Amino acid sequence: MSPQDPIGAPNRPPLQLHIPEPPARPGQAPRFDHLPFSPAGAIRRPDPGVAEPEIRDLPYGLIRVLDDEGRAVGPWDPGLDAETLRRGLKVMAQTRAFDDRMFRAQRQGKTSFYMKSTGEEAIGAAQSMMLDRDDMCFPTYRVLSWLWARDYPMLDLVNQIFSNEGDPLKGRQLPILFSARDYGFYSLSGNLGTRFSQAVGWAMASAYRGDTKIALAYVGDGTTAEGDFHEALTFAAVYRAPVILCVTNNQWAISSYAGIAGAESTTFAAKAIAYGLPGLRVDGNDFLAVWAATVWAAERARTNKGATLIEFVTYRAAGHSTSDDPTRYRPAEEAACWPLGDPIERLKTHLIARGEWSAERHTQMEAELADGVRAAVKEGERIGTLGQSKPPVRQMFEDVFKEPDWRVLEQRRELGV
Amino acid sequence: MPKMDMIQALNSALDVMMSQDPDVLVFGEDVGYFGGVFRVTDGLQKKHGLKRCFDTPISEGGIIATAIGMGAYGLRPVAEIQFADYILPAFDQLVSEAARLRYRSGGEFWAPITVRSPYGGGIFGGQTHSQSPEAIFAHVTGLKTVIPSNPYDAKGLLIASIEDDDPVIFLEPKRIYNGPFDGHHDRALKTWAESPGSDVPEGHYTVPLGKAAVVREGREATVLAYGTMVHVAKSGIEESGVDAELIDLRSIVPLDIDTIVTSVKKTGRCVILHEASRFGGFGGELSSLVQERCFHHLKSPIGRVAGWDTPYPHAFEWDYFPGPARLAAALKRVMED
Repeated sequence: MSPQDPIGAPNRPPLQLHIPEPPARPGQAPRFDHLPFSPAGAIRRPDPGVAEPEIRDLPYGLIRVLDDEGRAVGPWDPGLDAETLRRGLKVMAQTRAFDDRMFRAQRQGKTSFYMKSTGEEAIGAAQSMMLDRDDMCFPTYRVLSWLWARDYPMLDLVNQIFSNEGDPLKGRQLPILFSARDYGFYSLSGNLGTRFSQAVGWAMASAYRGDTKIALAYVGDGTTAEGDFHEALTFAAVYRAPVILCVTNNQWAISSYAGIAGAESTTFAAKAIAYGLPGLRVDGNDFLAVWAATVWAAERARTNKGATLIEFVTYRAAGHSTSDDPTRYRPAEEAACWPLGDPIERLKTHLIARGEWSAERHTQMEAELADGVRAAVKEGERIGTLGQSKPPVRQMFEDVFKEPDWRVLEQRRELGV
Repeated sequence: MPKMDMIQALNSALDVMMSQDPDVLVFGEDVGYFGGVFRVTDGLQKKHGLKRCFDTPISEGGIIATAIGMGAYGLRPVAEIQFADYILPAFDQLVSEAARLRYRSGGEFWAPITVRSPYGGGIFGGQTHSQSPEAIFAHVTGLKTVIPSNPYDAKGLLIASIEDDDPVIFLEPKRIYNGPFDGHHDRALKTWAESPGSDVPEGHYTVPLGKAAVVREGREATVLAYGTMVHVAKSGIEESGVDAELIDLRSIVPLDIDTIVTSVKKTGRCVILHEASRFGGFGGELSSLVQERCFHHLKSPIGRVAGWDTPYPHAFEWDYFPGPARLAAALKRVMED
């Protein structure tokens, strides 16, 4: 029988190809009613030693601590002191101040490219602060707050973004595709998802050696479609690797909404269930919830209970990059309508409600941070912006291998450097 | 005849094919509503409908695998991989599946797919938005690899690729999407409108795969190039003062060996120019073919100008990029030998 034969088919309805579409495009009113949200404090907090089959409801809820009035409520409240929270607030605000300044620098032609993490600052900030110094983060390009939480020298990153003589990555990488080993920040690449299973390998190595270090890795919602994501979950489950695997679901992968990555049918956290891993779905704009979920997953990892998949529900408030104009594919006011608000505003409101912060102090902090960023950028500009200054050209030929082979040596001579 | 830049010409090719053949559909990351990050699929979803031009998950392996499945069913999918640097997760599908489906099934199944992908550097894209992977596809038996150098060819070659019953890797030199960049990054970019190759018919036409173009006739040496490097070669030849013949290969598989051999036998000298790194690059294959077929006509060793054997570095873009000065130097060298 050939596929052309109509045998057996005459009364069947024609099949229809389904193509997902976002709830709103430019010119339409933003809508988020397709996303399941839970009230703050509503989700139970099982003991971190719980068996995975007992928590298969968690990936469909949303772990939130801060309510709409800025109060910390429910079992996931990590009970952080005000000093820690002020520090978190500062890290997030610094991330935003740096982003704003570098975005402008790109627009002024001082570098080729930049990517902001506006709206997602809580994730890297809280996780970086909560985890140990010797744990390793396998980042995406939207968690620079990880570095600021560890007091990474700002000038070094400015120099990398300018690809100038002071660039610690020797002029080789696109701006913010960074690497900072001593700060627990694994080398970034433009390829998506490729480090997700490397984090599992890193964690397996730590377990093999009997060390106490764990690993943390991020992918975006869009990247969960790559094979790397599924490979990571498989290996993490099989080897019970001490790793925290995070999906930062910021609703948009350039112009594709999360439905194109499968979010029409389920949550990203729920993908864990099929692998037998715990899945947590967490308000990514809630510093306290991010912190609490990380504590929970880290405790599992550190007690040999294995990996956890955490979906951080957040929103990419800015464009994908300096090359992107999001008003072409989503309503311009969508970011302002995001139901989970802004992570900086929410933590600020919480601290003020606790009597531990004020609008004046916040304004003053923002001004100081802007000054700090301005000073670092000025210093970087003094060394040189993109094209004005670069590392010695011979460095182009270094690190291809540990020891250069004849090709590299000959070509370096041919170029005369 | 309308003037088109390369983006418009590619868009027109897709539009023409979608209009004439309901089995042609276009998909990839951000190609639908948004129209692609380089705007090549702009307006196609609106005109031809959601089902015929749509966004895919970020899964290059999935994009190519589903394209193969659709192609085997009888459609003519045109898949976009957003940057050629990101095609590698699909490598297994291309190499083990698309390229061999016809052969291993004894002709029962085949994969008439076209995989479009912007490639090449010169846009400060760093190592993951600049690479030229053509040689790794050329090495795979069963894949065709096409690279246009101007809007007219881009449209005609893309239509020919879509109509081809075998899998075609269609690499788009993104540095010349908007104008024929000749390697002089410090000069203003010429537009396509003021350059040859930008008169593009609105309707259907093809430029056959496997037919090279003699872009410039010359007597003293033959320069083989494709994509952006055709324009770099033009300026390099001018600056060298050598009366070189310039051949734009247009497709590297199938390869127009006759045009190459005829030219080298006439000139007696050959320089190959490509942006991809040198070792194991397509220049090596070209060099072997020329040596095997023109040995007794060669007056000097074949020259190769290519990217260095390093990743494509962000700050050193113009130190890496094999520009006209390096081609001119190579031409002078083959003249002296």
